[in-house]
Amino acid sequence: MKLHEYQSKFLFRDYGIPIPEGKVATTPDEVYEIASQMSGVAVVKAQVHVGGRGKAGGVKVAKNADEAKAYAENILGMDIKGLTVEKVLVDPGADIQQEIYLAITNDRSSGKPLIMTSMEGGMDIEELNKERPEAIIREHIDPILGLQGYQMTHIASAMGMPREHWRQFGKILTGLYQCYIKSDAELAEINPLVITGEGNLMAVDGKVIIDDNALYRQPNLAEERDTSDEPESEKQAREAGITYIKLDGQIGCMVNGAGLAMTTMDMTKLYGEEAGIGPANFLDIGGGATPEQVAAALRIILSDENVKCVLFNIFGGITRCDEVANGILTAYNEVNPDVPMVIRLQGTNAKEGNEIINNANIPNIISAETLTEAAQKAVAAVKEQA
Amino acid sequence: MAILIDKNSKVLVQGITGRQGGFHAKLMMEYGTNVVGGVTPGKGGEWFEGTPVFDTMRAAVETTNADVSMVTVPARFAPDAIMEAADAGVALIICLTEHIPVSDMMKVVSFVEEKGARLIGPNCPGLMTPGQAKVGIIPAMVAEPGNIGVVSKSGTLTYEVGFAMKNKGMGISTIVGIGGDPVIGTTFVEVLEMFENDPETEKVALLGEIGGSAEIVAAEYIKNHMTKPVAAFIAGRSAPPGKRMGHAGAIVDGGEGSAEEKIAALEAAGARVAANPEEIPDLLS
Repeated sequence: MKLHEYQSKFLFRDYGIPIPEGKVATTPDEVYEIASQMSGVAVVKAQVHVGGRGKAGGVKVAKNADEAKAYAENILGMDIKGLTVEKVLVDPGADIQQEIYLAITNDRSSGKPLIMTSMEGGMDIEELNKERPEAIIREHIDPILGLQGYQMTHIASAMGMPREHWRQFGKILTGLYQCYIKSDAELAEINPLVITGEGNLMAVDGKVIIDDNALYRQPNLAEERDTSDEPESEKQAREAGITYIKLDGQIGCMVNGAGLAMTTMDMTKLYGEEAGIGPANFLDIGGGATPEQVAAALRIILSDENVKCVLFNIFGGITRCDEVANGILTAYNEVNPDVPMVIRLQGTNAKEGNEIINNANIPNIISAETLTEAAQKAVAAVKEQA
Repeated sequence: MAILIDKNSKVLVQGITGRQGGFHAKLMMEYGTNVVGGVTPGKGGEWFEGTPVFDTMRAAVETTNADVSMVTVPARFAPDAIMEAADAGVALIICLTEHIPVSDMMKVVSFVEEKGARLIGPNCPGLMTPGQAKVGIIPAMVAEPGNIGVVSKSGTLTYEVGFAMKNKGMGISTIVGIGGDPVIGTTFVEVLEMFENDPETEKVALLGEIGGSAEIVAAEYIKNHMTKPVAAFIAGRSAPPGKRMGHAGAIVDGGEGSAEEKIAALEAAGARVAANPEEIPDLLS
């Protein structure tokens, strides 16, 4: 779960990390109110879950409250890469002498927390990593022992942090590590961490991603979830306990198991790409595939009007294909889809399952034996409607 | 003797009195796995299908001399259960549980390593040495005994490929489901090494997916150390970047972990990569 910049920075503040004293607004009048309390310039920043908002015109520096309001009128409601801006953060401007990058993330390959930091902050860390990887200092943390004092000294020294800032940098690093651990974060990033003209360190921008699997023990953070940019269908699926991700193709996919679901998507692309045909979604129906689950999943898939065909790919292991076939037919009668469905059942009792499907004699239902055949038939069904 | 498990492995099931644990423990017994007992705190002294249930792993291991444990308890209790198994001296721990927070797994993997145990998973279908034993949820019908080793991040995709092999008369030495989480106990490379050293494995199928760099590291190992042929499939060519495709680890993040780069690395290492998993048996024949 991604946190917005303002949520991330307010969280940092709880761990003693200095941030600009900004406030969040949803209307231009509120922005005016907030900016008029500030002595210097005000920075109006769009709060959306997407990178590159500055380039898109979503971040503006205003000289006074009137200007801030004018910018806010423009930014609120703005479309940035398909997302509508509903909130802005109004921060007092900072006197920036130096921009630093500082982040803690879960390092998959070592299975340990990893601190990454650089005196060349401000820019995108992936770009910096490509251009000048030697400018990034990396330090792994023992997940049982946690961050040690000597590691902080090593990091500050190796990155070339001026000594007069070591103490404050150490406090911020400790705070960020605590924030990362106690929030069950996958990523806690400050970019930039700035050195101001007065010689103070301050987190000017921040990004925190919380591990979804830990939200059960993070009730306060779970409440912060902003679902405004989530497609309605994904929200419904989440509530039904089905993993669904909307894509932009024409073949709705219903599969058991995440790896097989991805593979099924890949197969529709493999055989359909030349004709501009591909998967409409990722959907893992999980084990069992009961009539209720299939019906719920079918409704979610069909809520996408781009869907021209639904491809079922179920590998019955413990689940028997004849049970799944009955489930699909029950769901079919309930949902009554007006697009063709290609059904491929493999594994335990596949023969019986396919007989049930074939004997039902529904013109809209096409059965297939192999995954290859199923993908090809689904692609053909979409082509027929073009 | 294949790898990791065989008919002599003595297996405990942590969570044996639970719905899932009990269901699969029974299927494992039917398959021929030597299940010697189970653990459910508070239910010590009960019996499950003729095997004893213990309160603690220490008591279970002392009594049964088990060397393998399968963890099927819910995500919030699984980290503790894995550590308990490692502390009790079990050599091999297989955790099927999905949705364990990564912060817990980082600690657990470190702890298990320190205890000298091996962890498979979490979020995996387990292990199966066809004709001898299975630990986990891999259906009995997907594989026959043979000489192909299978290592995979996925469940049902593995069943597909195993079943496709079976239909072509090809058998499997051992299936190892390593799991689809970002932080796991045993990696592709470790399993490849075991297959390379196993006299009963002649060829290997590797089933990977988007996210992380484990397949790239595996390609390095294949290039430098493997003498046995490897066929591979990488799921997620059509997955958009930045989206988590079901498995917690299946995400292309910051341009890293794409199917294309993994396929390129595996091909450069001499592995034969299938565009369609149903072609894997042909690539191995």
